[in-house]
Amino acid sequence: MAAELEFERPIHELEKKIAELKSFMDEKDIDLTDEIKRLEDKLSNLENSTYSEMKPWDRVQIARHAERPTTLDYINYLFTDFIELHGDRLFGDDEAIVGGVAFYKDLPITIIGHQRGKDTKENLRRNFGMPHPEGYRKALRLMKQAEKFNRPIICFIDTKGAYPGKAAEERGQSEAIARNLVEMAGLTVPVICVVIGEGGSGGALALGVGNYVHMLENSTYSVISPEGAAAILWKDASMAKKAAESMRITAPDLKELGIIDEIIEEVKGGAHKDPKHQAELIDQVLETSLNSLLSMSEEELINQRYEKYKKIGQFGFVNDSIVVK
Amino acid sequence: MIKGLFVKKKKYATIPTGKVKQDVPEGIMSKCPECKHIMVTKELRKNLLVCQGCQYHYPMSSQERIAALIDEGTFTEYDADMISGNPLEFPDYVEKLEGDRKKTKINEAVVTGAGQIDGRDVTLAVMDSRFRMGSMGSVVGEKITRAIEHAIDKETPFIIFTASGGARMQEGVLSLMQMAKTSVALKRLSDKGLLFISIMTHPTTGGVSASFASVGDYNFAEPKALIGFAGRRIIEQTIRQELPEDFQTAEFLLKHGQLDKVVHRSEMKKTLSTLVKMHTEGRV
Repeated sequence: MAAELEFERPIHELEKKIAELKSFMDEKDIDLTDEIKRLEDKLSNLENSTYSEMKPWDRVQIARHAERPTTLDYINYLFTDFIELHGDRLFGDDEAIVGGVAFYKDLPITIIGHQRGKDTKENLRRNFGMPHPEGYRKALRLMKQAEKFNRPIICFIDTKGAYPGKAAEERGQSEAIARNLVEMAGLTVPVICVVIGEGGSGGALALGVGNYVHMLENSTYSVISPEGAAAILWKDASMAKKAAESMRITAPDLKELGIIDEIIEEVKGGAHKDPKHQAELIDQVLETSLNSLLSMSEEELINQRYEKYKKIGQFGFVNDSIVVK
Repeated sequence: MIKGLFVKKKKYATIPTGKVKQDVPEGIMSKCPECKHIMVTKELRKNLLVCQGCQYHYPMSSQERIAALIDEGTFTEYDADMISGNPLEFPDYVEKLEGDRKKTKINEAVVTGAGQIDGRDVTLAVMDSRFRMGSMGSVVGEKITRAIEHAIDKETPFIIFTASGGARMQEGVLSLMQMAKTSVALKRLSDKGLLFISIMTHPTTGGVSASFASVGDYNFAEPKALIGFAGRRIIEQTIRQELPEDFQTAEFLLKHGQLDKVVHRSEMKKTLSTLVKMHTEGRV
């Protein structure tokens, strides 16, 4: 069974109670149908209210869920004939980022995404989805390849952040991220980015300069992790829950701030409850987005990206009483 | 209370943080924080705030930087009156901004404008680490983007002096997105064949290091400047080993192929002037 999330506990308790009643009914041959029906209705109501009123911290828990579908899971559901391509041709192959070519329906495309592991062994191999510079340089190499062959690019964002390490600094973590931002701005092919889990700071943004940026309903996107923010603000990482609320990191927050284009609905309780159905929900948005971009010229694509980012931010002027957007 | 008897007395007096942070000398004489060399403040200023003893580069305010670089009387500032809102309704943010405005006499952590270096037009952005540690929020991103757009319109080189702790936490993900915003503008500048020079000064870290600071046609840094993506403490905690003393200094970056050159402050104007000349004269 999936690891229990704190806010889901009342649901799990009720489910347990119903299961107990059912087995009791079978054993003792007593008719408890009405009672069970009553509890099942109650469960359904409880699920609806719990999942429709999720707090930011609840979403953080879902975004980080060990069984949450990853880039490779979605590649498996959404695309055919995927061929993974490795290496940055400069230093090595960073398995915290995966990329390759595939068909989306009948269209050849390039897919790139952060890749975390689902167990400790895989997480060690993939460095918990936290890339080194060679990961970003591999991503850029594949983007340039896509551009040459006029293939749209789809990026899945799912990382706690770029890896903070000695080797990463020596090999130019900053430059690798910065280069991707600038080069993605100029790509002559459609770029669609989907935040599927955690969007952690510059390490996420390095795959995130697109014509459209969508977020799964329970994904997050932030300048610093809630724990990091809490440590700085209140010198106490255990205040992360409070920080998650004040930092505005959920999909609805980013939509309201005018940063993302669409919130992709999640299956009830989070993507991990039904990855296949979740892929279908992503598929619908992907298809619409792609169709609207495929008709645009190279110049229009670049200009659309320019305008999209140019308008993000909130500021005012000394003599204004109102802050303009 | 008896318990008080056992508390070890503090050895040192606590200095109010406001005083510690005041790194630009104010009195008649100034003592170098690195080598303790004492200089007449007037002389120190004449020496572009560089210690004659150990060549320590004192932090420079944006005003001092512009004065040291731009031909007298040629600087026109852009968007001087642009100010931050409080989009996340962050507690104390408005007060902190107000305090920094009073302290620095500037409205945000970057000053942008047009001016001349040895008679040639440039567009300039100078970050100021005295204002919220030079952190980048919406205003810093917008002012830099607008400056780049001015450079494109007027076909001038774009020069930036960075000094920043990174993205500004109080504006959350809006700050993060300024990295993308400035990058799309820099791409447009580059596609027009225009020159972009980035000079990283102490400190240039986080989201600023991981965006415009690192993608100049020429990447320079001042001696000993701290430059890096992740903080030293975070890296030490992650890898559980001590880092070399020169880790993330300008010299460290140069050694690892991340910089074109470390430029001493006394050579800065000449270096920039020569490059600007190379890229403007003889252009077809």
